Amino acid sequence: MDKAATIGAMAPGHAHEHEHEELGFWRTYVFSQDHKVIGIQYTITGLLFLLFGFTLMMIMRWQLAYPMRPIPFVGNWFGAANAPGGVMLPEFYNQLGAMHGTIMVFLGVVPLAVGGFGNFVMPLQIGAPDMAFPKLNMMSYWVYFIGGVAMLTGFVMPGGAAQSGWTSYPPLSDIATTGQTVWLIGMIFLITSSLLGSINFIVTIVQLRAKGLTFMRLPFFVWAQFVTSFLLLLAFPPLEAAGVLQLMDRLAGTSFFLPSGLVVSGRPLLVSGGGSPLLWQHLFWFLAHPEVYVLILPAMGIVAEVIANNTRKPLWGYRAMVYSVAFLGFMSFIVWAHHMFMTGMGTTMAAFFQTTTMIISIPSVVILTALLLSLWGASIRFTTPMLFALAFLPMFGIGGLTGLPLGLAPSDIHLHDTYYVIGHFHYVVAPGTIFALFAGVYYWFPKATGRKMNETLGAIHFWGSFICINFVFMPMFIQGLGGMNRRMYDGGAQYIHNAGLLKWNIVIGFGAWGLGLFQIPFIINFFSSIKGGKRVGDNPWDATTLEWSAPSPPGHGNFLTEPIVYRGPYEYSVPGADKDFTPQFEPDKEKPGQSGVGRGGQN
Amino acid sequence: MIIPYTVEARPDTGLHNGKLGIWLFLASEVMLFGALFSSYILLRVGAPEWPHHELSVKLGAINTIILISSSVTMVMAWASLKMNDFKKHRLYLLATFALSAFFLVNKYFEYSEHLSKGEGPWHSTFFAIYFTMTGLHGLHILGGMVVMAYFLGPGAGLWKKNPEQFTNRIEITGLYWHFVDLVWIFLFPVLYLL
Amino acid sequence: MHSDQAEVKKSVRSYMTVFVMLMVFTVLTVAASRFHLAVPVAITLALVIAAMKGSMVASVFMHLSHEKRAIYGALLLTIVFFLVLLFIPVLSMMDHIGTPK
Repeated sequence: MDKAATIGAMAPGHAHEHEHEELGFWRTYVFSQDHKVIGIQYTITGLLFLLFGFTLMMIMRWQLAYPMRPIPFVGNWFGAANAPGGVMLPEFYNQLGAMHGTIMVFLGVVPLAVGGFGNFVMPLQIGAPDMAFPKLNMMSYWVYFIGGVAMLTGFVMPGGAAQSGWTSYPPLSDIATTGQTVWLIGMIFLITSSLLGSINFIVTIVQLRAKGLTFMRLPFFVWAQFVTSFLLLLAFPPLEAAGVLQLMDRLAGTSFFLPSGLVVSGRPLLVSGGGSPLLWQHLFWFLAHPEVYVLILPAMGIVAEVIANNTRKPLWGYRAMVYSVAFLGFMSFIVWAHHMFMTGMGTTMAAFFQTTTMIISIPSVVILTALLLSLWGASIRFTTPMLFALAFLPMFGIGGLTGLPLGLAPSDIHLHDTYYVIGHFHYVVAPGTIFALFAGVYYWFPKATGRKMNETLGAIHFWGSFICINFVFMPMFIQGLGGMNRRMYDGGAQYIHNAGLLKWNIVIGFGAWGLGLFQIPFIINFFSSIKGGKRVGDNPWDATTLEWSAPSPPGHGNFLTEPIVYRGPYEYSVPGADKDFTPQFEPDKEKPGQSGVGRGGQN
Repeated sequence: MIIPYTVEARPDTGLHNGKLGIWLFLASEVMLFGALFSSYILLRVGAPEWPHHELSVKLGAINTIILISSSVTMVMAWASLKMNDFKKHRLYLLATFALSAFFLVNKYFEYSEHLSKGEGPWHSTFFAIYFTMTGLHGLHILGGMVVMAYFLGPGAGLWKKNPEQFTNRIEITGLYWHFVDLVWIFLFPVLYLL
Repeated sequence: MHSDQAEVKKSVRSYMTVFVMLMVFTVLTVAASRFHLAVPVAITLALVIAAMKGSMVASVFMHLSHEKRAIYGALLLTIVFFLVLLFIPVLSMMDHIGTPK
């Protein structure tokens, strides 16, 4: 961190106060308060959790493709309690399923998209020296880390990890084994971490924007993080409350989610009763639907950055995109019960939630269309990040459009809890969000390390993943439309209507394992490029946003001089300019001496 | 490195970072308690009958008065700083701390009486929600006491170094404290009177 | 800070007024509960009193009566979602139109 420089200049009276404080190893890399280090910690932890969660799925896919056959290679690692003779028991399958969902969503994608990219990129893009509350930022990471470890300890608990699905529906989850208690405790830590993080993000964006950086000059990625933070801030607390209530049910003998007269395994349950399992579903989905947008908005933000940069054109309809993302965030709070059409809801409320669900698809389509139109007439640079960003568009499109039948009660009744649902939301999250996250890793890697990742390995990673992932999720639509239920440890072999559908499980299995193999080039690329990648300058992609004006990697305090913003975020190929990009931080050449105003009028 | 606007307000928003931060935190708290109130409504509407006057209105009313008073002493602790009277500030903050301790002692007697009668959270939905809501509220009181203890003890030194920042911190503590009071203002009728 | 002092003195007076009002309302709400009014009336009365007490605390003690726009914005959003959270679940539970019963 020899390049450490300070920009106290924004705080009057502290203009030239330099601090040359030598921090030891622990405070530089482990308990760091620097947003970039914390961002990298989040990124690496998130990627590891993604790999772990994906590994669980690869094991489950063996059981689905070849039921009751010993799992190859790793079969005898799990012990007789989980997989005697290497053959998976149903309870173990349930554990893997519940933990796959939880880990991918709460420990993988959100920490990577918000904690990782948000932390690393957002303060740089707004020209801030750091987050508004650096200590709180450090705490967010470590609370997340504790939550993650707590989740994982479930696997060594008596009875194994949580096995009531990632949704943890009661009454099942209320009477499940100890793993569920650990799941709840882990969840409360994760929620607390997200809350601390989101407060920090909002305050940073509102308070620490550089001079001249008005809201309508913010890069779209920052807007996406801003809205995401509000979703986390206001939607997560109800799940925290629900987690507390379920913990009370499990530990203090209350019956918040246990109705009267419940009989378990032939014995009446000795509780006071009077609770409502639906209460959990309302509180859970009040978070979990906005959570979908927590997963997708940062991804859209990354894709917007990468597309603008690689098409060498301004984003098409920046303003429309900003309004759409804000509207999307707002609407995401009033659609949650479309997950609950099967719970005996009356037609009035069902009509309300169908209407809001149809409305919320509009801003998503606006954003996707704007991104698609941005490609029009561009001379596209097919870099690795751009490949992933381009793939995001059709993949998210498929995911989004297949969601429409699920948002309408009549078709949802047929498709509910089938593999169609799995296919739908995985298209949104896996080849959608996770591809965008890969784009982000390739795109900002040079900023974090000063080196580019290898393009050839990147292309292998992309094409392999792109082909394999469609073999995983496309057949699920066929299975789901045929009525094949999710969460069956042998795929539901006893049901006659599944007879013709089970063979797809083999295709999906090979797709999944192939997808696993094609992550190897990424892992090699990621680690070898840290030390051995091609050295690049501060702005290797010829980009316009503020993060590229800081040194690569930026020192503590980020910028060498106080950044000033003169124009909107995507001034590419400006007619009459001497190069095809005009960064936000470059003063106007025509009118020297004018500062902070620039072409502000149009932005 | 210095983070801008930790003490002075940013001109265009008129806020310093801590003030915006605490309000966002309180917004999330509104949603946390909102979910519990929502659960209360849902369970009560779904219940065939709902118990009345299970709790001691006297103890509840005393606690209401204690918390309201502590809110006043808290705001006075901040106002004294604004008027540069550090001694008075400490007195008021100490009073707030003492009142919150009274609140918890009172709560302890209330809890132990119900528990000795076998009316624990397992007894009925009413007691379940009563213990959960007041328990979570009690944890917030405890959290506030920790913060106050910090500003009575090691945190007080900041007054000499940077009085403005110290005043900001007390203001933020106050905002949190008034919110805790505000939650109780709703908990009291909902649990004790209705 | 000097111009502040007069203002702070003025607000101290309003703090005291609010303190007295809060006490009066507390006595009122307890008294009202002794009358054993019909349940809907009792609930409305108690919640109206609580809302009045709450808004006094928020606007005077928490200075919400003269706060900055960013905070109003965030709180408005919160209130909207708070109301959604409070009422939509119970409405969904009570809506039986079109469901077999």
